[in-house]
Amino acid sequence: MRRLVLILVWAGALLWLFPIAGAFVTSLRTQQDISANGFWSVPREISFDNYSQAWERGRVNRYLVNSFIITIPSIIGMLTLSSMSAYALVRFRFRLNRFLYFMFVAGMLLPFQILMLPVFQLSNRLGLYDTHLALILFHTAFQLGFCTFVLRNFLRTVPVSLFESAVIDGASEWTIYRRIGLPLILPAFAALATLEFTWVFNDYLWALVLLSSDRLKPVTAGLSTLMGQFVNDWPLIVSGSLLAAVPTLLVFFALQRYFIEGLTMGATKG
Amino acid sequence: MPHHRLAPLSFLLLPLGLYLVWVIYPTFATMVLAFTNWDGISPSYDWVGFTNFERLFGDRVFWRSLANNVRWVAVFVTIPLALGLSLALALNRNVRFDRFLKIAYYLPMVLAFVVIGLVWAWIYHPRQGLINSTLFSLLSVAQSLGFDVNPAAARRIGWLGDPNLAMWSIIAAAPWQHVGYVMILYLAGLKTVNTELLDAGQVDGASPWQLFRYVTFPQLAPVTTIVLVITVIQSLRAFDLVYVMTRGGPFNSSNVLANFMYIEAFMNYNMGYGAAIAVVLFLISVGFIAIYLYRVVQQEER
Repeated sequence: MRRLVLILVWAGALLWLFPIAGAFVTSLRTQQDISANGFWSVPREISFDNYSQAWERGRVNRYLVNSFIITIPSIIGMLTLSSMSAYALVRFRFRLNRFLYFMFVAGMLLPFQILMLPVFQLSNRLGLYDTHLALILFHTAFQLGFCTFVLRNFLRTVPVSLFESAVIDGASEWTIYRRIGLPLILPAFAALATLEFTWVFNDYLWALVLLSSDRLKPVTAGLSTLMGQFVNDWPLIVSGSLLAAVPTLLVFFALQRYFIEGLTMGATKG
Repeated sequence: MPHHRLAPLSFLLLPLGLYLVWVIYPTFATMVLAFTNWDGISPSYDWVGFTNFERLFGDRVFWRSLANNVRWVAVFVTIPLALGLSLALALNRNVRFDRFLKIAYYLPMVLAFVVIGLVWAWIYHPRQGLINSTLFSLLSVAQSLGFDVNPAAARRIGWLGDPNLAMWSIIAAAPWQHVGYVMILYLAGLKTVNTELLDAGQVDGASPWQLFRYVTFPQLAPVTTIVLVITVIQSLRAFDLVYVMTRGGPFNSSNVLANFMYIEAFMNYNMGYGAAIAVVLFLISVGFIAIYLYRVVQQEER
């Protein structure tokens, strides 16, 4: 019984890796080779040509830079601002405290479609449409829901006495936030940043809604341009897709522990 | 907790302001737009009452999309949940190379849906794809063994081109990404399961199934609730895969509400109509958001 379970788990794991492994093998072959002989044939030649094509002619290089230009400021923005809102919700008693907390929680579960039109309208009116700033602002704002939720619950586990001693010393609230609040939040920052990196980096919908210029597109939206450019050359399209996945894969491998911590923090301590 | 008036405001001003402008206001503004005939370009628009909703409920594409969302939820809730929970149970004890095994299941989770959509679009491709190639090779082997089969037929299956297959083909790609997430949550949940109860059950001679059914699973109920809610919310958000793989086609056979809304609003410039679709999607979500909130409230009172 135990052995059977293990065999199934292993078989499943290999099956799970197969699409990526298969895509990688295909990316090293030519379209003619794959169309004529199918996947299960000995490759006639192996080359990284598809990658260099996708990188330069498919402009994946440019798109990847855009993805970082959008993602990094968004993460800095959402972590900074949510640490402030979380601090306020944990530290102070005021009438709307609970209400605001529930609002942040509910907001993170909204279907994106309910936001799309006014967000599009708003970015147009503010002259932000088709700029990276529009995406950065929106991602920052939308992810405040999840980040505030996680950080608030994280901060609540901190003993109040830690803050009280600083109050007695006569420190201002902003000083307490900087000297005591932020250092305490830091471990949660790592987990949140890792998780948010993949979410924002992988966003496609908002890039479609808020950008129109090809030169500004993040890699997700860029890939659909690439698909139109190299119609039916699947080895090349797959190469571009794998290139686009490299940053999130690297982050995942390097910071796996934080990634998992972030996911469980959001879901189980709620 | 100190009782201040201005201090909380100074901390909340910026985050709350941003949240109100980009998340809360848009939610309500869409509800208003749903009653107008805005086309997305004209500066002004008229109030049209329930016209958009009346049109929506008579629109076959809407019902088709809704039915597809229901299919999506049904598959997305059952398969990843069963697989994720089973894997978590299997990997919760000492297993050799468990890190490798976990990574294998987690990997798709960090990929963008666009990447997943393109990789699976390749897998489904009639001539260059993995599935038809595999069928072709298998049939060729069978043919060489003397069976009366035609390998070329395998290359004619249009997984994404056939209206009867397209939706299921897309849905099949989704659990590949979701199983890892469910597994992570259950693995975390299993760490909190009371082992004394399990030991006691074992002493009393309970079977492994009974132990799971009556001891472990009930204790995992909070995780199950979260997984269910998040899974449904995710299903309703399903857009990227559909948009990348078929755009909802052929003949709307693989359309879902999120994609239907996007196409109507941003391709056909029926913004008012799109807003109405968004409102329906929102109303469906509200029930699940409420379940989640209810759990958060419970947690607060503990």
